Amino acid sequence: MFDIDKWQEILATIKKNKMRTFLTGFSVAWGIFMLMILLGSGNGLSNGVAANFMNDAVNAMWIWQGETTIPYEGMKTGRPIQFRNQDQEIVQKVSGVGASSGRYFMGNTRYSYLKESGEYTTITCQPELREVENLILNEGRFINQIDILQNRKVVVIGADIKTALFKDSVALGEYVNINMVPFKVVGICTEPGSTRNRNAYMPLSTAQMIFNGSNRLHNLALTINASTLEESQAIEEQIRTALGKRHKFDPKDEGAIGLYNKLENYIQTMKIFQAIKIFIWIIGIGTLIAGIVGVSNIMLIVVKERTKEIGIRKAIGASPSSVIGLILLESIMITTIAGYIGLVLGTGLMEMINYFMMQSAGPATDQSETIFLNPTVDINIAIYSTLLLIIAGAIAGYIPAKRAASIKPIVALRDE
Amino acid sequence: MIRLNNIHKSYEMGSNSLHVLKGIDLTIEQGDFVSIMGSSGSGKSTLLNILGMLDNYDKGTYHLSGNLIANMSEKKAAKYRNDMVGFVFQSFNLISFKNAMENVALPLYYKGVPRKKRNLIAMEYLEKLGLKEWANHMPSEMSGGQKQRVAIARALISEPKIILADEPTGALDTATSYEVMEILKDINAAGITVIIVTHEHDIAAMTSQIIRLKDGRIHEIIRNGELKQFQKSYMKELETA
Repeated sequence: MFDIDKWQEILATIKKNKMRTFLTGFSVAWGIFMLMILLGSGNGLSNGVAANFMNDAVNAMWIWQGETTIPYEGMKTGRPIQFRNQDQEIVQKVSGVGASSGRYFMGNTRYSYLKESGEYTTITCQPELREVENLILNEGRFINQIDILQNRKVVVIGADIKTALFKDSVALGEYVNINMVPFKVVGICTEPGSTRNRNAYMPLSTAQMIFNGSNRLHNLALTINASTLEESQAIEEQIRTALGKRHKFDPKDEGAIGLYNKLENYIQTMKIFQAIKIFIWIIGIGTLIAGIVGVSNIMLIVVKERTKEIGIRKAIGASPSSVIGLILLESIMITTIAGYIGLVLGTGLMEMINYFMMQSAGPATDQSETIFLNPTVDINIAIYSTLLLIIAGAIAGYIPAKRAASIKPIVALRDE
Repeated sequence: MIRLNNIHKSYEMGSNSLHVLKGIDLTIEQGDFVSIMGSSGSGKSTLLNILGMLDNYDKGTYHLSGNLIANMSEKKAAKYRNDMVGFVFQSFNLISFKNAMENVALPLYYKGVPRKKRNLIAMEYLEKLGLKEWANHMPSEMSGGQKQRVAIARALISEPKIILADEPTGALDTATSYEVMEILKDINAAGITVIIVTHEHDIAAMTSQIIRLKDGRIHEIIRNGELKQFQKSYMKELETA
């Protein structure tokens, strides 16, 4: 196989037919180039969407209260469901539920510090919310268990609130008036994937006590431990059943409680991307096959053109296998080299796009919504593609090589 | 050396078959210088192809140096050709993108001789044929006679026992033809069997044995006294021409 003479024979023919070789190689290079661009774009899209999901915990779930829409146990429809603190405990007991936090909405609340004031949304919660929403703390700490137990009047404010109320001065440890009640600022946070950080977080127990909340909740946020769609749907169903039992509504009643299961959406979206990926492979391989057929076609012409030469070689003692080797190796060489050029150009282009995207996005990437991220092809795929190319070259060369081997010297040498 | 016994060969031409050789019995000894003559269609090229193992025969037996040549695999046939036979063709059949030296060295490539060594041997043979200065020229840069001499060098390099030449002078003018024939004579003098196919009487007259084919059969074999007569008549014809 590794025989310098053989390679010199092949190089000599390639050199003699530069244009033909170029055109043959081009079709393969183009095929691989397109495959790499398609795969890279597909990866970019998939990575981008996956990153967006990461703004909150991928396995987050939100439950909110509604009104019944199905009559149940003699009670008519339209009955409002009111969450209480016990509901959180019930949900927490469902197997597969990770962290959970009840939330009590206070509507718009007025924040003031010295002469500055503004209206912001207050989210009352438990420490677990941080996990659900993937909050990033710039300074200080988040609400902790002791805050809840002691009904401490503390607040974690969004970065925008801090800027509006405190300007450049230090906010941590200062007291801010919320609806005329002073709260101590213990942390400043930002939300990933959002450009507005105008939410403040307050201990649930404190809010319920001070702002007339009793033990009411509006909303439950939680994370679930499930790896498949089926598992996450099973957890969802258990939660509906458990809450239905307490509030006396049909577990099938979609209106009684609202439920958003992020994992379900995530898994479904990823399935779509899987499908897109398969689709891309099909298109890419289709393009590649067109290239291979092109090579095969041209090699057939090559064999036809070289009939006489092959006849001469056979007359002076070339064995059929050496003739097959000659044609097959030429085909493999053209496809491999051309394909490799296509591979390098394709991945190079995608890396370049990635580089410029990173440059233009700058440090704000954490904070912005993007649907295109890291559009590159990983090294394994490049290696597989190279193997694919060699196999493709062998397939492309096989039929022409077989034909060359079957050339009869007398037919080839017959004088026209 | 060569023993043919009742060789038959026919070609399938669509529905009807063409019976080209209709029972050839022939013995050629080592060191013979034989020409095969006949009108076109008499089967002389077919006979040469069978002798050179480029074609199969249908019936009969062919012994070459005591080996029965029949139903060989292509690989084995290629090996036999490489070892035993050198071909010279009417249209030279040099490989156009290789220079003279590489063309001459090609049979040794298939014998597995390393590049440097086979190029050295090729140079020796080119020198013998007076083409040393042309070693690096491409076939397209050479005259017909030179090309044929390169082809002869290529046929000789594998040290064959037989040289088979199909109309070796067919594409050459008379003077060059005679030069080529002189070379073939010298080769024959060195003990190599030379068999040429020709339809030119003057060329045939230079060999030591003439086999005339007619309609797929051997019509007559001219040698010894008769050959002298043959040579005389055709040499005269040449002189007058």
